[in-house]
Amino acid sequence: MARPIEWQLATVAAVHDETPSVRSFTLDLPGWAGHRAGQHLDLRLTAEDGYSVERSYSIASEPERAGVVEITVERIPSGEVSPFLHEVVIPGDRLEVRGPIGGYFVWDAPLGGPLLLIAGGSGVVPLMSMLRHRARAGARVPTRLLFSSRGPDEIIYRVELDRLAAAGDGFAVAHTLTRQQPPGWTGYARRVDEAMLAEVLEPLGPTTRTYTCGPTALVETVANALVRLGIPPDRIRTERFGPTGT
Amino acid sequence: MDERRAAMVEDPAVDLTVDGSGVGGVLATAFGAEMTSSRGRCAHCHTVSIVGTMRAYVRGPGVVLRCPACAEVVLRIVETPRGVLVDARGLAWMVVDRR
Repeated sequence: MARPIEWQLATVAAVHDETPSVRSFTLDLPGWAGHRAGQHLDLRLTAEDGYSVERSYSIASEPERAGVVEITVERIPSGEVSPFLHEVVIPGDRLEVRGPIGGYFVWDAPLGGPLLLIAGGSGVVPLMSMLRHRARAGARVPTRLLFSSRGPDEIIYRVELDRLAAAGDGFAVAHTLTRQQPPGWTGYARRVDEAMLAEVLEPLGPTTRTYTCGPTALVETVANALVRLGIPPDRIRTERFGPTGT
Repeated sequence: MDERRAAMVEDPAVDLTVDGSGVGGVLATAFGAEMTSSRGRCAHCHTVSIVGTMRAYVRGPGVVLRCPACAEVVLRIVETPRGVLVDARGLAWMVVDRR
């Protein structure tokens, strides 16, 4: 079993689009040590001249899938790594990865809940690992996902989230669309704020564990609001991405 | 402290940072253990925080971790082909978990 800090070769098993600018990659990793929902991996690309770049990506898949890891990557046009992943990488390609990494922003089913997950854009990725883990583990912890996207076409994992919410096992999703809403939209239509958080949190109560991942501004807003709403600081776990993984 | 923290939140450079949890791979290479859930004490303001919540500046040649309370530099790490350089002047102490 490879140690987390050692680089290992992954083979790209599948590639599929989540939205026009977000793509998921399934990686075969025979030596993968297994991960916890919410952890990352580092991915390294090395050019022929030896120049190399590394990026950290959240793992999207659940720990129950052995030997396989899925990452979901937003294409950042000015980036060095994500355009390569989007435009060049195809099944059969090999990539260097190390991991799993991280022990702070993780949730295991035995930790229990209730759970409030708050995502901005591709910040949903580590939270999706938690939701997939929750479903696979048969956990019925009351769980809400508050998911902020710019428009209806940019909702990552939309179909799967709808399916998970329809399972009737205590999971519900609330969307907010900040820039563009389709006709007849009944969800939220503004940036996440304290009033919205209070509504989503209300059925879960003050002992809720919260995990927030997204752009810095969203994370700061949410973390401060959750404190004011009475959530103990040790139940407010956050992960910011700067101008994202590029 | 609140004033410094407010200034830091408004610092435009904050948008260029990620959390300490985003540099766990580099930290694991430097210390041989998962570090993002470990605690460390800032040598400047003496605040103890979880490494995963520190601010990580990753746009330079290495990684710089700053204290989430006072924004001073806590740790600098540069990976080179020869080894990993760790500058820990800003750190009073940090726990490396036994695994």
